[in-house]
Amino acid sequence: MKMATRLLAATILAASFATAAEAKTLVYCSEGSPEGFDPAPYAAGTTFDASSKPIYNRLTEFERGTTNVVPGLAEKWDVSADGKEYTFHLRKGVKFHTTDFFTPTRDFNADDVIFSFNRQNNKDDPWYGYAGGNWEYWVGMEMPALIKEMVKVDDYTVKLVLNEPNSPMLANLAMDFASIMSKEYADKLAADGKQADLNQAPVGTGPFQFVAYQKDAVIRYKANPEYWEGKQAIDDLIFAITTDPAVRIQKLKAGECHAAPYPNPADIEALKSDPAIQMLDQAGLNIGYLAYNTMMKPFDDVRVRKALNMAINKQAILDAVYQTSGQLATNPIPPTMWSYNDKTQDDPYDPEAAKKLLEEAGVKDLSMKVWAMPVSRPYNPNARRMAELIQSDFAAVGVKVEIVSFEWGEYLKRGQDKNRDGALLQGWTGDNGDPDNFLGVLLGCGGVGGSNRANWCDPAFDELIKKARTIADQGERAALYEQAQVIFKEQAPWATIAHSTTFMPLAKNVVNYKVDPLGSHRFDGVDITE
Amino acid sequence: MFGFLLRRVGLVIPTFIGVSLVAFFFIRLLPGDPILLMAGERGLSPERYAELLTRFGFDRPIWEQYLGYLGALVQGDFGTSIVTKKPVMDEFFALFPATVELSICAILFAVVLGIPAGVIAAVKRGSGFDHGLMATALVGYSMPIFWWALLLIIVFSGILQWTPVSGRISLLYFFPSVTGFMLIDSLISGQKGAFASAASHLILPTIVLGTIPLAVIARQTRSAMLEVLSEDYIRTARAKGLSPFRVVGVHALRNALIPVVTTIGLQVGTLIAGAILTETIFSWPGIGKWMVDSIFRRDYPSVQGGLVLIAVMVMIVNLIVDMLYGLINPKIRYTR
Repeated sequence: MKMATRLLAATILAASFATAAEAKTLVYCSEGSPEGFDPAPYAAGTTFDASSKPIYNRLTEFERGTTNVVPGLAEKWDVSADGKEYTFHLRKGVKFHTTDFFTPTRDFNADDVIFSFNRQNNKDDPWYGYAGGNWEYWVGMEMPALIKEMVKVDDYTVKLVLNEPNSPMLANLAMDFASIMSKEYADKLAADGKQADLNQAPVGTGPFQFVAYQKDAVIRYKANPEYWEGKQAIDDLIFAITTDPAVRIQKLKAGECHAAPYPNPADIEALKSDPAIQMLDQAGLNIGYLAYNTMMKPFDDVRVRKALNMAINKQAILDAVYQTSGQLATNPIPPTMWSYNDKTQDDPYDPEAAKKLLEEAGVKDLSMKVWAMPVSRPYNPNARRMAELIQSDFAAVGVKVEIVSFEWGEYLKRGQDKNRDGALLQGWTGDNGDPDNFLGVLLGCGGVGGSNRANWCDPAFDELIKKARTIADQGERAALYEQAQVIFKEQAPWATIAHSTTFMPLAKNVVNYKVDPLGSHRFDGVDITE
Repeated sequence: MFGFLLRRVGLVIPTFIGVSLVAFFFIRLLPGDPILLMAGERGLSPERYAELLTRFGFDRPIWEQYLGYLGALVQGDFGTSIVTKKPVMDEFFALFPATVELSICAILFAVVLGIPAGVIAAVKRGSGFDHGLMATALVGYSMPIFWWALLLIIVFSGILQWTPVSGRISLLYFFPSVTGFMLIDSLISGQKGAFASAASHLILPTIVLGTIPLAVIARQTRSAMLEVLSEDYIRTARAKGLSPFRVVGVHALRNALIPVVTTIGLQVGTLIAGAILTETIFSWPGIGKWMVDSIFRRDYPSVQGGLVLIAVMVMIVNLIVDMLYGLINPKIRYTR
């Protein structure tokens, strides 16, 4: 009750201070500083939360709280029969933000789309190198290989011609890196010799417009009065950058913010019972796994992998590492994702059977390495602890484990090495809700020596994945992915461990917030009640 | 005095080169690099990796990179952050006032409480106050900053609700930064209540950052005072009938202050170290927090430039402290 009164007091105070008597301010205690305000050169969720989500739109968008792809700046689109041509019909009358530093003279049109993509795709584009030239998502989603050409058909029609059919394309275009920038603004900056401002003083078409950023402290936005979907219910959006999770929770309790992401797992139970706080949760679109190096002996033998999978007591890991904020993983994709195969069976926890199977495979006195990540990630909050549990589980079947770890950057690099000695704890959070983003990226033959940490290349599996990419119909694709998951379980390149749950503690008066399965934090459509 | 200053400034040059070397190689000795960290779990192909190395200039021989960096430094170019793509110098000076403001408050807090406490403890040697103070100082000196800060936040901001949890000023206030010092800017802004808000946000971080210096200064003052109080001239001063206040406050304290001032000067380094943790907990947008972020991101130019700039600032403070000796004790001459 005390908290509620304080929150109320703070809200009233906020209201009385603002010039407009009824102005509503939502304060989000964000977990870190954005690297910049142009999302395309970056890969961090913190940066996307502060840039692409409030400020920009994309041709297609993810519906709030889901991974459904819905129209954004493109009102509708046609896909050619061969699946190689995507024609986007752009929304008319969309205004870019009018700010202190820029006043647009024209509406959003096809030039903006071409500019936003071309700068990432074409090394000769004058904007290619402006932010260091590291367009990692554009490259990572294989856009340069996929796109043959981009054509402006007319002011409100853009055509993407692909080298091969690629059904995840529409979901790719809803991702942060595909945010649409204003070409007019970019031209003005180039003329003034102030290119860097594209990354510091952003202009977009999104629900909120940028007001000010005080480095490492506060980002201020206000509702875009001319937003094409209508003005937001909240007038001002403030990001109060608060890196420490315990401090974020204190701020939330003290009424200094309305939302505080990434609570410590240990605090979750207490927060759930706090009457001043509402705790939202959502199954995260992620997977934590142990990847064997299937190119190395004896892990090239499926019996060894199966045996080790059966030796792991996953329930114990879930209780100790995820502290009930997760669910056991059977498939490499989470159950909330379309095409999830609920008929596959997980390898049972059975140390006796594991021992027998190892014997059968002729493996005796096996000693191996298990790699533990040095950092906490949503899909694996404590890899060290997990590795220790696996170590004792494996010891029970006579396998000796040495736990190794490296600094994070080094871990990522060495983990990719085809000759890696040991099984690796790693994980993945989905980018766009498409099954290909898990099955193709993490398990396809193309990812061997890279994102495919098991170095597992199964021709039958790869065939299914490749075929699914070329089919537009979701039902047909799902059937192929379901088969692929069966092969995955039979071949067991990973021990699938868990899918973690995303929690979002909010003040009681925040309404209509939806937890994003893709892990972002969006405040469009959100309101606060008095 | 002038010759002394010149010699001291002359010493700055080799120190500067030394610091630039350490800063340059220190960050490169850490495993991992910024490109890998940016790519994350996805990883990147060897070709793409090589391409980015070239783009950032990391493929050149290390000595060549160093010379290029040193050459730029001499011209006052501290490089551009590879993460935010902004000049390191701009970032540093945008954040530096916040750290200075907090450090000044912390050191004032430590001096204003520490010196009188040390003097009283020395004068009342062996008393309950003396023992109590020394024990408290030991605890304060050993206090882990992270834990201490969270404890204060939970008690004063959480339970008692006397102080704000974190930040520099209430978010209700929004005015342009003129000096970068929130206390001054809030006054300039003329907004009602802004100064009080800024001051209330300073309380907990000041206490946290000032705790260790406070403990050190109190102990140092006490022992320096004890030494001086046993000197013959103090007995003489007492014998000629001066008031106890004059004996302690003027004759003894002035001489005891010399080692204390040295200690305060040395605390500047401690303050920077403490600022890293204090700023992180209290979301204080200063250089300590920025350095930590930059190291985690392996943002080479920011770490290099930041360390050199911090070193320069520490050198300047030490120089000022040296000059202060002369004011406190005219016996010290700056000629040979």
